[in-house]
Amino acid sequence: MINAKINGMPVQVAEGTTILEAARKVEVKIPALCYNDDLEPWAACGICVVKLEGSPKLVRACTTPIAEGMSVITNDPDLVQTRKTVIELILSTHPDDCLACPRNQECELQRLAAEFGVREQPFPKMLRGLPVDSSSVSLILNPDKCVRCGRCVKVCQDMQNVWAIEFLGRGANTRIAPAADVQLNDGPCIRCGQCSAHCPVGAIYENDQTREVWDQLMQSGPEAKTCVVQIAPAVRVALGEAFGLKPGANVTKKIYTALRRLGFDVIFDTNFAADLTIMEEGTEFVKRFTNMATGKEGPLPLITSCCPAWVDYLEKYYGDMIPNFSTAKSPQQMMGAMIKTYYAQKAGLDPAKVFSVSIMPCTAKKYENGRDKTMWSSGQKDVDVTLTTRELARMIKQAGIDLVNLPESEPDSPMGPNTGAGVIFGATGGVMEAALRTAYTLITGQELKDVNFTGVRGLSGIKEASVHIGGTEVRVAVAHQMGNIAQVLEMVKKAKAEGKETPWHFIEVMACRGGCIGGGGQPYGCTDEVRTARIRGIYDADEGSTYRCSHQNPYIQQVYKEFLGEPCGHKSHELLHTHYESKPLYLK
Amino acid sequence: MAYKNFILVCAGTGCESNKGIEIYESLLREAEAQGVKNDVQIVKTGCFGFCEKGPIVKVLPSESFYVEVKPEDAKEIIAEQVVKGREVKRLLYKKDEKSASNVKVEDIEFYQKQFRVVLRNCGVINPENIDEYIARDGYSGLEKALFKMKPDDVIAELKASGLRGRGGAGFPTFMKWDLTKKAPGDVKYVVCNADEGDPGAYMNRSTIEGDPHSLLEAMAICGYTIGSHHGYIYIRAEYPLAVERLKIAIKQAKDYGLLGKDILGSGFDFDIEIRLGAGAFVCGEETALLQSLEGKRGMPTPKPPFPANCGLWKKPTVINNVETYVNVAVIMTKGAAWYSKIGTEKSKGTKTFALTGKIQNSGLVEVPMGTTLRDIVFDIGGGIRGGRKFKGVQTGGPSGGIITEKSLDEPITYESLSALGSMMGSGGMIIMDEDDCVVDIAKFYMAFCCDESCGKCAPCRIGTKQMHAILEKISKGTAVEADLDKLEKIGKSMTKASLCMLGGSAANPTLSTLKHFREEYLEHIRDHKCRSGKCKDLVVYEIDASKCIGCGLCARRCPVPCIAGEKKQPHVIDKSRCIKCGECFKACKFGAVAKK
Repeated sequence: MINAKINGMPVQVAEGTTILEAARKVEVKIPALCYNDDLEPWAACGICVVKLEGSPKLVRACTTPIAEGMSVITNDPDLVQTRKTVIELILSTHPDDCLACPRNQECELQRLAAEFGVREQPFPKMLRGLPVDSSSVSLILNPDKCVRCGRCVKVCQDMQNVWAIEFLGRGANTRIAPAADVQLNDGPCIRCGQCSAHCPVGAIYENDQTREVWDQLMQSGPEAKTCVVQIAPAVRVALGEAFGLKPGANVTKKIYTALRRLGFDVIFDTNFAADLTIMEEGTEFVKRFTNMATGKEGPLPLITSCCPAWVDYLEKYYGDMIPNFSTAKSPQQMMGAMIKTYYAQKAGLDPAKVFSVSIMPCTAKKYENGRDKTMWSSGQKDVDVTLTTRELARMIKQAGIDLVNLPESEPDSPMGPNTGAGVIFGATGGVMEAALRTAYTLITGQELKDVNFTGVRGLSGIKEASVHIGGTEVRVAVAHQMGNIAQVLEMVKKAKAEGKETPWHFIEVMACRGGCIGGGGQPYGCTDEVRTARIRGIYDADEGSTYRCSHQNPYIQQVYKEFLGEPCGHKSHELLHTHYESKPLYLK
Repeated sequence: MAYKNFILVCAGTGCESNKGIEIYESLLREAEAQGVKNDVQIVKTGCFGFCEKGPIVKVLPSESFYVEVKPEDAKEIIAEQVVKGREVKRLLYKKDEKSASNVKVEDIEFYQKQFRVVLRNCGVINPENIDEYIARDGYSGLEKALFKMKPDDVIAELKASGLRGRGGAGFPTFMKWDLTKKAPGDVKYVVCNADEGDPGAYMNRSTIEGDPHSLLEAMAICGYTIGSHHGYIYIRAEYPLAVERLKIAIKQAKDYGLLGKDILGSGFDFDIEIRLGAGAFVCGEETALLQSLEGKRGMPTPKPPFPANCGLWKKPTVINNVETYVNVAVIMTKGAAWYSKIGTEKSKGTKTFALTGKIQNSGLVEVPMGTTLRDIVFDIGGGIRGGRKFKGVQTGGPSGGIITEKSLDEPITYESLSALGSMMGSGGMIIMDEDDCVVDIAKFYMAFCCDESCGKCAPCRIGTKQMHAILEKISKGTAVEADLDKLEKIGKSMTKASLCMLGGSAANPTLSTLKHFREEYLEHIRDHKCRSGKCKDLVVYEIDASKCIGCGLCARRCPVPCIAGEKKQPHVIDKSRCIKCGECFKACKFGAVAKK
């Protein structure tokens, strides 16, 4: 342990702790702009500078490890002046259109300017008028607002290993741009949106589609459609944050009410579609697993395909592993297909007169709903518009709905009621756990006594577990945060190349850290602490569920009986499965 | 067969671009044609340092020092010197027209106060011939290290020598090596920073061009000391000749078993690779250099971690500049006791400087630490060109500050230069005279830093740009006095909050000129006047009709042309078209052109 002083207060921390981290222990907040808990400090902004007693130089608190006997001063008039000047310099290259900015009131630069009492801008504006890149359906890049903190680059390269964003130009001409200076949509971007979730300002943000949804909700007369909405598992434990609730607070039933008040006609829950996914993907796994020797049902490991950013990554970076990919669509798309077929039929609606909206924690889902022609399996676009959690929060605020104090309500039948297995899709390891719960029953014909597979839970980047089902060992791996995936896949490829048995039979992959609860479309300010709280919210919901295995959902059983027939049957393949193809990193 | 004469032809970049190679080839041809090719050995060498008077040819044993030689002089040199044994008097160095010719190098003022340790072989040996280096004790330091010393002995020797890094801040070299040696890890690297980027600086280039093996030898010694088997030389692609000589030297050293596997049968392996930099000034900053070496964008990374623990590819790495390494080679050959006698108490050894600007004798010089700036500028450099008045000297390139007349008698040490608001830097030394404008100088360096900022950290990226904009305003006469406060405000914050020394020192030229020449800044602002006439927006050229005799010289010199007038009648400048180049002002013999 290291003993040091911060502003005269003794602090004891582990070796290697930075000054910035150590300061938190004594309730000292050191201001910073480029620093983010998720990322290796990049030391760009120069705002977190502090003094060390006996040294004339200032050091960066974000990267300087606290040393034995060190005496740190984090606040004095000189430091405040230096920081303020740096903030003023940054403001001199930042447009002043806070009022019209997507990050208004949620902008870290705006907050710093307020905290430091910036009342005038002493330096002339030096804006470059760089064009906005709106080529992507998921994300919009406005380089003129960029403060070049480097977070998006670090996220995209270090956390996600995608390398879609890079610094271009030098000196004052440095800018953030898609790698190779292409349009964002034409490069390797997998649209996970982590850049937007980490951007401190309004330089990268989700493509806001609330207007399209409002237009449809307000429509009357012959143009009116039945507006059907689904909400994803991870949304329910994060939306509350936008309304001042603690991370992890479960507001599911308030969201149902809010959606009704916004004007949606039918409220479904993506959890139901998650149950459906488990029936399809679980069956697919059982088929492959029980036919491992012949391989006639497809190769192992089976890899999950719920995450559209991951699907895109695989198509771009690991096209050779497509045969290992589950053909099951994601819950969003299964729900979309079922809304415009099964539900429309049941409700006597023309599918063309149904407007299907999904509320997702994810920016890639905006891309997924038009990914290929299988997303039109109902004959219509199965999901018309995808909104992120952040967009839904804005709609609720615009409508003047007091979410926090809203009465609770239930989703609509038949695709509302769901199980604990469906809700845990929102957390890393959840799809795997849900699949194992059902696979156990499919293989053994028996129900599990303890449905908790805790080995696949938690925030460690790669998790492994082995489960005995009917006397056979099932080896599984769970990876989340795109940068952790290559290691897993490379081990699979290596085993295959060497003619060895696959290290795992089943692999779950989620592009975002923590799974969907840490999605790129979730409320800002996600840290591991927030993720842990959201995950807690997810598992609490699971534990409080009547049914905790997908196959136990009576409405799922009903759907198969009334409409789909059997899992992985003919109709399922038509509506609930898709296919993949290898894609180039850069469009020509 | 013994040669009667040896002719050394400078083949450094400066002389080479002045037909040095043609001179060399003409000499060879003439020796052949005049039938004396067996009497004379003609050798291409590295830089003699006296670049002002290049191309330089030196003849031994007479020590004749020929300056400003042309290829057509070859015939005469061979005919007189080799065939007849007489000097070519007209080519010998003369201080000025009236002075007598200097025959010997040591009699030339330029060399008198110099002491060549780093440059000991430059202009003496053929850099493309390893035998010549070996003949001058080359690689004996490596041999001594490998067979007579343990790594800790090398470190102790360096400690005793007092050697400090020659690239900038002057960190003790032994400490760097020791930290890297002690850092845990099997794989370690030795890196040479040859990314010399200061405007006007070329010490490292000339050193490598003239004596590449010294660098290789020292890097191998470093490898042995810290337990590394791989070295990289990161050198600017703009130094093709130095790169070429390094390539030749590495090949020769490998052929001789002085690099590669099992060096001299000691069991120690060490290889060196060359990596070319793409010309970014910031890549001279060690962490940015390491990033670039790894193939990444050259942006500095925070320290700690220091390269000694976490350097190239996150492995412990020694990174020193060219001059530091070359000093090591000398120390290992001649011993710390000898070396530590040179210089001052805290700054040992010598320092090379590239003397440029308004100086009589521009060139590459090497002086013992502790020599005064006055000695360098007025004795070695021969004072200001054209008898103009000395104004200041900029050391440390764009990171340094201006040092004025009153500090000229300060002995040069790391500490004294810092105390004067400048720095040692790698050794650029630019002399300014009364015709230089401090605003213009500050603007020049700020523009340089603004262009060369990597763009990573906000204080430097934006601070340099904003400061440059203010300096631009001052030079145009549109600034207000409060702008000077802004310059200081940004400058101070940039100095304190920048991540690396580029931003940390980019304000130095501005802040130091502001400190020493505030009046001149105020003249620009209050009086819209630039006393040197460099700030063209503040200058108006007019012809005083009462003095003009209508000779027309100004009109002929005017490049626009915008001066008109009848013969023998007063001429007039069309101010709307005048580009304020000052040619008319310089040309007029009657003082009729007035600069206002």
